[in-house]
Amino acid sequence: MSEQTAMGGNGALVRVEGVEKVFHRGSEDIHVLRDLHLTVPAGEFLALMGPSGSGKSTLLNLIGGLDRPTNGTVQVAGERVDTLSDRRLAAWRARHIGFVFQLYNLLPVLTAERNVELPLLLTHLSKAERRQHVETALAVVGLSERARHFPRQLSGGEQQRVGIARGIVTDPTLLLCDEPTGDLDRKAGDGILDLLQALNREHGKTIIMVTHDPHASARASRTVYLNKGQLSQEPVT
Amino acid sequence: MSYLFLVWSNLKRKKLRSLLTLLSIVVAFVLFGYLSAIKQALTGGIDIAGADRLIVRDKVSIIRFLPESYKARMERIPGVALVVHQTWFGGIYQDPKNFFMQTPVDPEEFLAMFPEFILPPEQKQAWLKTRTGAIVGRKTAERFGWKIGDKIPIQSTIWAQKNGNRVWDFDLVGIFDGANKNTDTTPFFCRYDYFEEARQQWGKGQVSWYTIRVKDPAQAAEIAKKVDAEFENSSAETKTEPEGAFVQGWVSQVGDIALITASILGAVFFTILLVTGNTMSQSVRERTGELGVLKAIGFTNGQVLALVLLESCLLALAGGVLGLGLAWLATSRGDPTGSMLPLFYLPHRDLLLGLGFSLALGVVTGVFPALQAMRLRVADALRRM
Repeated sequence: MSEQTAMGGNGALVRVEGVEKVFHRGSEDIHVLRDLHLTVPAGEFLALMGPSGSGKSTLLNLIGGLDRPTNGTVQVAGERVDTLSDRRLAAWRARHIGFVFQLYNLLPVLTAERNVELPLLLTHLSKAERRQHVETALAVVGLSERARHFPRQLSGGEQQRVGIARGIVTDPTLLLCDEPTGDLDRKAGDGILDLLQALNREHGKTIIMVTHDPHASARASRTVYLNKGQLSQEPVT
Repeated sequence: MSYLFLVWSNLKRKKLRSLLTLLSIVVAFVLFGYLSAIKQALTGGIDIAGADRLIVRDKVSIIRFLPESYKARMERIPGVALVVHQTWFGGIYQDPKNFFMQTPVDPEEFLAMFPEFILPPEQKQAWLKTRTGAIVGRKTAERFGWKIGDKIPIQSTIWAQKNGNRVWDFDLVGIFDGANKNTDTTPFFCRYDYFEEARQQWGKGQVSWYTIRVKDPAQAAEIAKKVDAEFENSSAETKTEPEGAFVQGWVSQVGDIALITASILGAVFFTILLVTGNTMSQSVRERTGELGVLKAIGFTNGQVLALVLLESCLLALAGGVLGLGLAWLATSRGDPTGSMLPLFYLPHRDLLLGLGFSLALGVVTGVFPALQAMRLRVADALRRM
C-alpha cells in the first residue's frame, strides 16, 4: 500500500481513501490509480498535475461521480459517491458538481445563455428564476453582452467562460476543471485562470483543476502530483 | 427553455437532413390519407348497407332483367316487409363524362325502403303528383347547378321512347340529402310508371334488380334462400344476397382493396422506418459527446432516453400531421373522378389512425438510438467530444 498521501487543512470537502481504478481492455488490466489518498478542504483551489496517462482525469471523474473506483471510497460533501446508484448519482452531480472541460463541450445548437441554463433545467426554478441565475453567471464571467451568441460566434476563451458560467450557475459545492486552459493561447488562458482564482478567493468556490501546465498550477493554492497512479507533494522528475 | 426547446434545437442541427426526413414522412402520410379516401369510396357503401335489406338480381348476370311480376310473389314470402325494384337507365347528361346513376322507381315505396335519402315532405308530395317528376341527390344538383323546377334532359343509351326518341325530359321536383356522410347523394330517380308507359315494347315489364326489406334481420339469410327457391327453374332465376355482400361483390371486381392499400402502405412505411431510423441513429452517434455532457451535468439515463425519443416522435408527428393535413385538403375537394367515387373523403377514424401511426413511427425509430444514448458511459462519451 502506498504511503503517499496529500493532506490539506481541516473540514475536508473531498476525501478519497485507498482508491484504485483498473480498466479492463480485452485480456489486459490497466491499473490507472493505485491506493490513492487525497483530502481537499472546502474553499481550496487544488491543482492536480502529472504527465499524460498518469490518471489525472480519471481521478477527477471519480471525484465528480462520472465513474466508480474499482476499490476504495470517494466522499464528497459528506456523501459516499462510490455507493450511489446511477440515478442518485446524476441528481447528486446536478446539485454538487460543476464541470469545466478542456474543449468547452458547449452544445452548438444552443446560444450561450441556453447553454448556461442547461443545469438549471434539472432544478425546480421557475423560468424567471432561471433567467436571473443565467444573467448572474454570465455577468460573473463577463459575457453578459454575448448571451445570445452561439458557440461558433465566440472565441475559444469566450466559449470557456461560457463553460465556466454553466459550471457555476447552480452554485455547486465543487468545481471540477479538466485542463481548462489546454486549448487556449496564453492570453486567453490567463483570463480563465484569473476568473477561476476570483471564484475561489472572492466567492469561496472549492476548485480542483487538472493541468499539465505549471503556469496554470501556480495560480492554485496547492498542487499535488500524480504519477503512475500515485500521488505526491513533489513534482516528478 | 423547456426540454421541448432542446429537442427542437437538436432537430435544427442538420436542417437539410431533418427537412428531407420530414418530407419523406409527409409524403408517406399524404399517401396514407389519399389511399384511405379511395378505400372509403370503394367500401363505404358496405358500411351503410342495411342489415335488413337484400338485393335480388338475375342469377347469371346483373345486366339481365327480371320480370316486374316477381314483386308480388316476393311480397307473399313470409318475413318480407317491403319490396321495390329499380332499373338501370344508362343515361347521359350532356357528356358521357358526366356520369351519375339514374333509375326509375316507385316513389312512395322507394323512399320507405331507403330512409337514408332525406327528402322534404313538400318535395315528396310534388314528386307523387308529377309523372315526369324526378329527384336528385344534392351532390349532383350542386355539380350541375340544378334547381327545383329545372327541366333535365337525359339521353338513355338503353331505352328509347315509343316515338324513338332517346332523350327523356324530366321535371326536377326534389333534391335529397343523405342521412350521414356515407350516403351517396349523386343518384337521380324518376318515376317508374312514367318510364314504363313511355318506353318502347322491348324490355317492357322488366326491371334490373329488386331490394327487399326483411322484418327480422336475423332471418335475412333464410329469406334469401326462400326468394331464390321461389324462382328456381324459371326463365329468370335469381340470386339474393344481403346488400352489404352485393356492394362488396362490386368492389371485389376491382380487387381486394384492403389488401392492395395495406400492401402499398406497408411498403411505404417500411421504407420510411428505415429512413427515419437511420436519421435518428446518425443524429445520436454525432452527439455522443454532447449526451455525455448532459449526463455529466446531471441528466439521468431516463431523461436522456426521453430526449432522444421525444426528438424522433416530434419529427414523426410533425410529418404525420403535415401529411394528413395535406391529404385532408386534397380529399376535401371531393371525388377526383367527377362521379365514379361519390363517397370519396378521408374518414375521421383514419385521420386518428394516421396520427397513431406517426406516433408509433416516432417510437419505433427512436427507441434503439434512445437506448444507445441511455446506455452511454459518461466518461467514455466525454472522450468522444
